[in-house]
Amino acid sequence: MLAETRGFFAARGLLEVETPQLSAAAATDLHLESLAARSPGGELSGWLHTSPEFPMKRLLAAGSGDIWQLARVFRGAERGRRHNPEFSLLEWYRVGWNAATLMDEVESLLRVLAEGRVELAAAQRLSYREAFARHAGLDPFEAGAAELAGALTARGVALPPGLEDDLPACLDLALAVLVEPALDPSTPVFVYDFPVSHAALARIRPGEPPVAERFELFLGGMELANGFHELGDPAEQQARFEAELALRRTRGLVAPPMDRRMLAGLAAGLPDCAGVALGFDRLVMILAGASHIDEVLAFPWGDA
Amino acid sequence: MATYSTNEFRSGLKILLDGDPCVVLENEFVKPGKGQAFNRVRIRNLKTGRVNEKTFKSGESVDAADVVETDMQYLYYDGEFWHFMVPDTYEQYAADANVVADAKDWLKEQDLSQVTLWNGQPLLVSPPNFVELKIVETDPGVRGDTATGGQKPAKLETGAIVRVPLFIEEGEVIRVDTRTGAYVSRVK
Repeated sequence: MLAETRGFFAARGLLEVETPQLSAAAATDLHLESLAARSPGGELSGWLHTSPEFPMKRLLAAGSGDIWQLARVFRGAERGRRHNPEFSLLEWYRVGWNAATLMDEVESLLRVLAEGRVELAAAQRLSYREAFARHAGLDPFEAGAAELAGALTARGVALPPGLEDDLPACLDLALAVLVEPALDPSTPVFVYDFPVSHAALARIRPGEPPVAERFELFLGGMELANGFHELGDPAEQQARFEAELALRRTRGLVAPPMDRRMLAGLAAGLPDCAGVALGFDRLVMILAGASHIDEVLAFPWGDA
Repeated sequence: MATYSTNEFRSGLKILLDGDPCVVLENEFVKPGKGQAFNRVRIRNLKTGRVNEKTFKSGESVDAADVVETDMQYLYYDGEFWHFMVPDTYEQYAADANVVADAKDWLKEQDLSQVTLWNGQPLLVSPPNFVELKIVETDPGVRGDTATGGQKPAKLETGAIVRVPLFIEEGEVIRVDTRTGAYVSRVK
């Protein structure tokens, strides 16, 4: 599968790159826990990356053109049937592309790798709004936390404490327990056009309502990939970093330094591009018919 | 009081939920893409025996329940309480009918049962999976009927009634599966 993946990108003219796993800055995302790394004497301290996104954007800003890499990344406190704190992320960027064209390419890669391994149905595309209307029975752009709580309770999921006034987290829970399990596991389903509260590093398309040009791919009952039409505005990016860090502080979470070198890259000019990160171990799980991520890892956490 | 983070939840862990002691049966970590992570946990309430599913935000802390399971010898019933003793320490505990519940059918003096203590008080009594008890009352068997696999009721020394094969007679000792209340075999 690794050889086929390399062949896929080589044939399409993307440059394979490697970027540092250890960095002075880290992700500010509210829901990512970066691991801190420190030498015993304390002369060196940094952070292990949660994805290679920031340095890859610096390369794009420096004029690299289309690039890809298969990176080992680290996320603390993520362990379960579909999570290991260290895993492989397949990440690539296409200059001049948008979310729609990149979804086509993700599907092409799936077809190449699934060939001779599993049968894949034709991919479906559902907007975030359609996905919720169909499987949660509500409009995610209109519903408040109370309506989401009602829909969850009606399906036997009591709202956990602390979520009553946290609308984004209610949407996450509804996506995870109402929408995701309702999607056909043998059909790749792209969910696109997220609420702006879930923009992360995606561009926002003005409109009524405005939407984040972000997509997620679901297959085998799990989230497999996450893509953006990349935000290129350094001021807006910095404002998002600062807002996330402020929220992290109010919640008593570690607030790691934001990546100012990446912001400088955006200021120098990030070409219009789309990028996607795909959980490679999960793809191997699906193609190998494994039900636990430990089955596709040589030595999972706890045995590593 | 000790607390556990949802990341430490594993099956068998005892936690306190809404004031009741519970045991974790299963813990699934779910995280939709880049969003908030949750733990969906299957829990058995140790007081009611009911199994429920609860969802927590990952990283949330929950109080630990001071619950210990100890093997104890059943001593006697005084008409209100069933009395048990820890064989090593001779410590004694009294359990009422709510706690002993259906286990009372299988308690024989001197036998060991597992008693679950919560804050030092008996919460549950679990008899061994198999017990050997004497039949104190049953109709005489009819010879020749053994091939039909017929059964008849028999009263045991603990007062429990179980269905036994026709060839079993009064005064015999039989082995019973306490989980189903079914006769297993004759004990010689």
